[in-house]
Amino acid sequence: MKVGATLRLNSIRVAYNGKVILKDVSIQVRPGEILALVGPNGAGKTTLIRTASGVLSPIQGQVQVNDRDLQQLSTVERAKWMAVVPQARQLPATFSVYQTVMLGRTPYLGWLGFPKKEDEEIVQQVLVRTQLDTLAHRRIGELSGGEQQRVLLARALAQNTPILLLDEPTAHLDLHHQALILKLVQQTVKECGLAVLLAIHDLNLVSLYADRVALLVNGHLQREGKPAQVLTKQEIENAYGVEVELLDHPHLSAPFIIPRSNGSLERIAYVG
Amino acid sequence: MKATTVKPFGDVRPYLVNGLALALALCFSVVVGAVWIPLQTMVRLLAALVLPVDLSDVPTAYQTIVHNVRLPHAFLMALSGAALASSGAAYQGLFRNPLADPYLIGVASGAGLGAVIALAFHWPATLGGWMVVPLAAFGGALLTVLLVYRLAKVNQSLPTTTLILAGVAVSSFATALTSFIMLRSRDELYRAMAWLLGGSTVNGWTPVWAAFPYILIGFLVLWSLSHALNVLQFGEEQAHQLGIAVERAKLLLILAASLTTATAVSFSGLIGFIGLIAPHTMRLIWGPDYRRLLPLSALGGSCALLLADLLARVALAPQVLPVGVVTALAGAPFFLWLLRRAKSELIW
Repeated sequence: MKVGATLRLNSIRVAYNGKVILKDVSIQVRPGEILALVGPNGAGKTTLIRTASGVLSPIQGQVQVNDRDLQQLSTVERAKWMAVVPQARQLPATFSVYQTVMLGRTPYLGWLGFPKKEDEEIVQQVLVRTQLDTLAHRRIGELSGGEQQRVLLARALAQNTPILLLDEPTAHLDLHHQALILKLVQQTVKECGLAVLLAIHDLNLVSLYADRVALLVNGHLQREGKPAQVLTKQEIENAYGVEVELLDHPHLSAPFIIPRSNGSLERIAYVG
Repeated sequence: MKATTVKPFGDVRPYLVNGLALALALCFSVVVGAVWIPLQTMVRLLAALVLPVDLSDVPTAYQTIVHNVRLPHAFLMALSGAALASSGAAYQGLFRNPLADPYLIGVASGAGLGAVIALAFHWPATLGGWMVVPLAAFGGALLTVLLVYRLAKVNQSLPTTTLILAGVAVSSFATALTSFIMLRSRDELYRAMAWLLGGSTVNGWTPVWAAFPYILIGFLVLWSLSHALNVLQFGEEQAHQLGIAVERAKLLLILAASLTTATAVSFSGLIGFIGLIAPHTMRLIWGPDYRRLLPLSALGGSCALLLADLLARVALAPQVLPVGVVTALAGAPFFLWLLRRAKSELIW
């Protein structure tokens, strides 16, 4: 595996269907840290992830991996530097878990996708690590949403890249599976020095798992820093238009955010 | 539990089963026909292909029938079946739509139009002349598939409704043009009609040798992209992120699938549904891995078309039905069953 890579977005401007979605956003993710990307719906989180992964190209600015422009890397080369965990939607139901995770080895496989001994060992390790080894021969269509999301995480881990991008991997998951996914990511970051960019909605999960937070509002990078610095009452109310209260987590030095129930309906509807 | 990979050749059973079925189908196809040739003679005639067997007491008519009529016809059917099935499997994977079939999405009609245009120029019936027709058909097929793809695409996906509608519309247009050209060249009408309905009107080995290289090349290109097809089942964006050069893979897949379809159409006419029946049967039995699915579909498609051809020849003997009629009779109900399944499971 390539070790330690820094992902840089240098004042990127991204348009999609003729509309400018991201305006001069600069972000840096260093090895060994999780940068959470938060912001209201439509702020441009998914667009940012897609741009960082090379699916969209910025009309201005660059995406860099260790000072190399992403555009200059070949598709295979890029897939050895960064892996993406998408949301588990519309997966081909008849693929087995093992087969799906093995697809993570794509950039390393030869003609016809024959796996080598090494590929099989890596997939096996990843399956154990993500607690999927007992489900290896099940079809992914038979799995729960949480299990499917873990399969996609496992596939990205099998890709063995120094950079990992996750697009709302905890959406629609129950408490147990949310924690499981994020703990797995956190563990891997600490052990392997991954640089992780994580788009996520749940601000409390951000407090618990992220090292830094970038708050995106209307395609602008509003604020960036440690969770306690960014997730202030003021910033959240401005960004989301909802009145909130911040509490201290009983066991950790992390802010905990709860919405105030007596906020007026118009203001909540505005966010919707 | 230690999981193991499904390797393309890790399990030889499916290849054995399909290979055996193909061998049987070939034998039946050669044995059955308008003229009954005693089995003993038949065995000797077939053995003579590879062994030095004395055939001096066998009537030359028998020799001609087996060596120059039935065998090449059987091989042409086997090749066409393999071509239609493997390109059907590839279109289904490429469009991520279980109902994509070279016939239903209009590629076959486009190929037919190209072939008819080429035939209207009266190429000499030599190997070289025969090899021109698939190229013209290839052009027609390519134009059609690109047109249908553009028409049917909604954002990033290819819904069944728009795919089939665009396929039907473009296909009708191509068929109308084909009829127009055929009516203009009256003398050729009967021959062209019979050919278009899937009755191979040419005999001898020339068309087999003309078809073989195109189908082989097309198949090998498709097969070399079978891992890309697997990854593409997760969508183009994920395939891209997993290291597949998506646009290049799509282009090569479309080129190769259109070439194999066009070649089959050039020599066997418009035969529908083989590209649905064979790949889906193989998927149900052996799973969705394209590295295995493509070769198995090719073998299965050969069997299916040989059997359909056999039925077409014996059902109303001595009259020979166009094989396209038989595949449609069997295939259309299969298509409806598939549509019901797709409706409940995948699409709506």
